[in-house]
Amino acid sequence: MSDLNATMATRYKNNFLKEIEEQAEMGEWVKMCMQCGVCAGSCPPNFHSGWEHPPQELFMMIRAGKREEVLTTPSMFMCTSCYNCYVRCPRKLPITHIMHGIANYAHRLGTAPKNQPTRAFSKIFWDNAVTTGRVNEVKLTVGLYFKDSDGKFNLGAGIKKALEMKDIALGLVKAGRLNPFELFGGHKCKDQSGIHAMLKKARELEETRKAIKAA
Amino acid sequence: MSNEYRAKREYAFYPGCSSQKGASSANYLVSVQSMCKTLDIKMTEIPDWNCCGASIGYGEGGELPRLALSARNLALAEKNLPGRDVVATCAACWLGTREAKERLEHSDVLMRDTQEALKEAGLNIQVIPEVRHMAEVLVEDFGYEALAQPVKKNLAGMKFAGYVGCQTNRPFGIDGESYENPKYLDKLVEALGAEAVRYDQKVTCCGGALAFSEPERAHAQIKDIVESAYDGGADMIVTPCPLCQANVELYQGAINKKYGTKFNIPVLYYSQLMTVAYGGSAKDAALGGNVIRAKQLESLAG
Repeated sequence: MSDLNATMATRYKNNFLKEIEEQAEMGEWVKMCMQCGVCAGSCPPNFHSGWEHPPQELFMMIRAGKREEVLTTPSMFMCTSCYNCYVRCPRKLPITHIMHGIANYAHRLGTAPKNQPTRAFSKIFWDNAVTTGRVNEVKLTVGLYFKDSDGKFNLGAGIKKALEMKDIALGLVKAGRLNPFELFGGHKCKDQSGIHAMLKKARELEETRKAIKAA
Repeated sequence: MSNEYRAKREYAFYPGCSSQKGASSANYLVSVQSMCKTLDIKMTEIPDWNCCGASIGYGEGGELPRLALSARNLALAEKNLPGRDVVATCAACWLGTREAKERLEHSDVLMRDTQEALKEAGLNIQVIPEVRHMAEVLVEDFGYEALAQPVKKNLAGMKFAGYVGCQTNRPFGIDGESYENPKYLDKLVEALGAEAVRYDQKVTCCGGALAFSEPERAHAQIKDIVESAYDGGADMIVTPCPLCQANVELYQGAINKKYGTKFNIPVLYYSQLMTVAYGGSAKDAALGGNVIRAKQLESLAG
């Protein structure tokens, strides 16, 4: 168990709903769910097969204190951010954002499944975007294909995936929508140091606020 | 509204990462620029804009860092292009930035923290500008009639499936339209003289960023969308979203291999249609940027 996970488990003992309300983005909405299931019926159908638990079930599990089951499930990472649930919820819960909030919390605690591909991609994407302030699509793709789900470099997997994607990549290069030389530079912001300092401060402030709530 | 009496419209432009030169929606930007020239819209890029964090950034980003990214763009727009609405062409850029505006205006605590973070980048926010999608600007500020006025080559005989997708539709919507069956893209297509076909999967999710991490599931979504466009009788698909465009176009080959289908339908941006209809060349409309070439439009453009 990570240090943060152990601390939070002890602090919020027997009150997982309160933990989600105070520590997960948009978690304060969970208790408003009336279990109608419209959210589950609104998810893109081909992603249903990836669920252990649809959104309304996760909300009930949170209220029932099923901490470990919720924080270790890959279900939230099936969210494609399509916002169907969000606009259809009769209680107006921002379900898409609650899913993101719980997923982010499980990721921060280190309880989210290590081999969850969307969890891994989210981290690769964010790190890529904030390094220079702008996404470098070539490095993003290479980063995704050549790393295994634990973030370790994996040459074999990368070459295999690159060969699978060869036709798409060549089509894009021909159409002027993929520039291999971005691997050695690419688009970037001028004030990168300002962006880095800003994000560092934002993370500190957020962590401080959460720590105060848990104190 | 006649062109003579309309003041030149000026906006603070947030083009977003994917539209940069050599990136996956570079052709979107080129065609938007051509379209704006005809409509006399002045788009001034927000100086030194940064990535919005996209939806997929949630896993690692956290709330305040994500808000700070969008706030920096808003602060730069306010400082350098005061009084102008921020206009994004990318659905995710628009959603992320507009969501940030709402959260910051709604919460004093988030606003205070965001200002403190912005200070580290030498910026601050006074009044957050309006945040709009280019499709909103066209439909709300111009209207279909005004958009039809400059048409030189009408697209008669072409059939389009208007693929609205998710994030230009939900959660904010355009021009107060329904989430389940928005009409703006169809009306835009019709304003250019083409036919907007009826089909089932107009607002179905293409899988978004999960086309990278969960390709099998995303391909199944895309298969449903393309199949439905064919069933509706469409020759081409048209969309306002860079990720919809890329996903629905690029994976048709992989889907054919897996499912034995014979998909080969071009997927265009509304701005490419408008550029051709306004008399622009294939180059102005960046039709060479489509991996599945839109031959009907290319021959009309000449």
